[in-house]
Amino acid sequence: MDMTVNGKSVSVDAAPDTPLLWVLRDTLGMTGTKFGCGKALCGACTVHLNGEPVRSCSTPVSAAAGAKVTTIEGLSAGGSLHAVQKAWIQEQVPQCGYCQSGQIMSAVALLSKAKDPTDAQIDDAMSGNICRCGTYQQIRAAIHRAAKMMA
Amino acid sequence: MNTTMKNPSRRRFLQTSAAVGGGLTLAMYLPGGVKVAHADGESYSPNAWVRIAPDNTVTILVARSEMGQGVYTAMPQLVAEELDVDFSKIRIEAAPPAEVYINALLGGQLTGGSTSVRDAWEKLRIAGASARMMLEGAAAQKWGVAADQCKGSNGMVSGPDGKSASYGELAEAASKMAVPKDVPLKKPEQWKIVGKSVPRLDLPAKVNGSAEFGIDVTLPGMAYASVAMSPVIDGKVASFNADKAKAMPGVQAIVQYSRGVAVVADSFWQAKQARDALDITWDEGAKAGLNMDGIWGGLRASAKEPGVTYRKEGDAEAAIKGAAKVLDLEYETCFQSHSPMEAMNAVADVRADSATIIAPNQFQQLIPVVVAGVTGLKPEQVEVKTTYLGGGFGRRVEVDYTVDAAEISKAVGKPVKMVWTREDDMTHDSYRPATHNRVQAALDADGKLLAWKFAITGPSISSRLFPSIVKDGLDPFAVEAAENYPYDVPNILLTYRIHDTGVTPGYWRSVSHSLNCFVAESAMDEIARAVNKDPLEYRMSLLGKHPRYQRILAMAADKAGWGKSGGEGKAMGVAVMEGYGTYLAQISEVSVENGKPRVHRVINVIDCGMMVNPAIVRAQVESSVMYGLTAAIKGEITVDKGRIQQNNFDSYPMLRMNEMPKCETYLVQSSEKPGGVGEPVVGLIPPSVANALHTLTGKRIRKLPILSV
Repeated sequence: MDMTVNGKSVSVDAAPDTPLLWVLRDTLGMTGTKFGCGKALCGACTVHLNGEPVRSCSTPVSAAAGAKVTTIEGLSAGGSLHAVQKAWIQEQVPQCGYCQSGQIMSAVALLSKAKDPTDAQIDDAMSGNICRCGTYQQIRAAIHRAAKMMA
Repeated sequence: MNTTMKNPSRRRFLQTSAAVGGGLTLAMYLPGGVKVAHADGESYSPNAWVRIAPDNTVTILVARSEMGQGVYTAMPQLVAEELDVDFSKIRIEAAPPAEVYINALLGGQLTGGSTSVRDAWEKLRIAGASARMMLEGAAAQKWGVAADQCKGSNGMVSGPDGKSASYGELAEAASKMAVPKDVPLKKPEQWKIVGKSVPRLDLPAKVNGSAEFGIDVTLPGMAYASVAMSPVIDGKVASFNADKAKAMPGVQAIVQYSRGVAVVADSFWQAKQARDALDITWDEGAKAGLNMDGIWGGLRASAKEPGVTYRKEGDAEAAIKGAAKVLDLEYETCFQSHSPMEAMNAVADVRADSATIIAPNQFQQLIPVVVAGVTGLKPEQVEVKTTYLGGGFGRRVEVDYTVDAAEISKAVGKPVKMVWTREDDMTHDSYRPATHNRVQAALDADGKLLAWKFAITGPSISSRLFPSIVKDGLDPFAVEAAENYPYDVPNILLTYRIHDTGVTPGYWRSVSHSLNCFVAESAMDEIARAVNKDPLEYRMSLLGKHPRYQRILAMAADKAGWGKSGGEGKAMGVAVMEGYGTYLAQISEVSVENGKPRVHRVINVIDCGMMVNPAIVRAQVESSVMYGLTAAIKGEITVDKGRIQQNNFDSYPMLRMNEMPKCETYLVQSSEKPGGVGEPVVGLIPPSVANALHTLTGKRIRKLPILSV
């Protein structure tokens, strides 16, 4: 199966119903995308498929055939951080950090559609991502900050 | 008053014995022979916490686990302040198990009890100062001058006549200097790093996917394991048929281990698919009939029997008998799962004469002991590496999952990464206990509070994990936020009765603070209502002996606008508590939406003494609000037919961003010694919310969780 992951063409040998998450993590060795629930309930595994946020734990790899996949590792390709990642550091968002790859990927997807999102839009876009450390308040502030940086 | 820290049995609770997993009691192993202060050929160590390389790279070893609470920043701050180096250039590394790293407040190398900073506060500043003095001594020797003419600052030692040398240049010689005995420390007004909200050192790796959690570890030749464990608590494998699973793609081996059956495969997904195809007959054991009716019936029946006295002042029983009015109140708390975002996992590489365990864990010192127990190795043959933890919350104080991975690795003769699914994790947790509580409050004819009697009935977590600290039926971890009842009442009686519900009890963030604060502070509200007093003013009137409480309570009232309406359909509730040496006041503002509680604002005032990093303190306060609020209003763990009924975030929902209250946190400037901040706020949110809901609806909540109003 061929696909583009973070701008690079890759060919993977996996059963078509294997979740994209495990292909990224175990086959391609890209462990920045996290396993949280396996049922698209927590958002820890969020990646972009052709620019749209998807839960990779519940997306069969066959759905990514011929498509473009972007993971957390691809956001800072070339060494410079994405504005959302910079804002995440400036607002000191992460605590344990485990959910943050998914949070950041959801936030990047939101900001690609809404340049200056309201709190309600942020809640709507981010409520699929659980954080057990309770960093929501900082996440919201960081999204507003990133929006300003990207304007 | 802080009886918590005065309790010697709790402070030293790991020194004598530890029980783990299957209830096996083991003498505590202290791997005193592990070398930690060493020259590795590239860098030099003045002591166990600092390594300095010739290129001036300063590495600080952190002996507590980073699970979000910020120890990989706060602990290096203490060292770096006195070592006097550029904090932004510090490297951090997880320390191995070793005696030198034991947490003196707990007696083991363990991260828990909100103790990390309290234990490290002087120790790590002395370590930093001592290392700096050795560098200064090395410079003095090199230049042939007196040591007091050499001063280390910002990574350089400067001496007379403009002489200077970098710490890197001096490191080798410094590592051979005698460790100084008299180590003066900077005064607080001289601090440049301690007390400052410096950026966390772990965040760059946590925003680009490079931070390595346990689940991310790979070893050469490693296989992946998925496991089938009994759906019934404490059940065992009776028999199993693996014919179908064996034939599935990628499957390397299927092995039975103590707790179940493991499928080892080329990838996790293949292992899990094959695990799901196993045909297992379980011996469900004694708990096959366990259900909630039985659990509550058992707790309530047990509560009618006398408990063991924990605190007694005056004669509460007599005061109750002679009182004009007695409030007799019963409260119940529910089971909760830890459910950190990273489910349990471990990498194990067990060989004939050694083993390596790499795992997110809160208790590195225990792992060599328990892994030795199942592998036949000696503890000193077991190397332990600690990764970042995707949450801990007390779950990873227990290291059962490292034992499982070791057993599986040994059985297949290769390195194995065992990963639990969310379902495995939620149904094989140890749970915050359900408890039954009775408060009797005696009032005289004028409404004066004469007696307060609190009877707790519930499981003893320590009896399972650290039985040596439970003496005469008293578990010090079951009476927190009750033993230190602060109110000025002449007659006080606190009793505790151990009752095993059959559901595995575990230390859950803030432990019994999250149970007993709900009871004590809900009851205090009820007492205030019974005497027609404002709940906040009534508390204040009974806290005359506690200026720290009075100060934070007054500040919370002011910041929240207590007594002023927050708007139609909203009301405020208050709670106070001391835990881990930290004083807290909290006011929640709530409404009811579609029959469910909605929390809009949470005002927190925290007096935790001197702070290492105020921004991290603030983050921990807010984190605790979200964690405690999830448990208070979102869901609970229940049991039927011996099976945990919730297994993922659909049946056990979490607070999400659209439900989060606005948190306001006010930090009290203080010169008191540091208190713990990772846990205590968890305890206040159930009563502050319940008390607000009572003001709003007139309905008193006496059972957690608060799913509907």
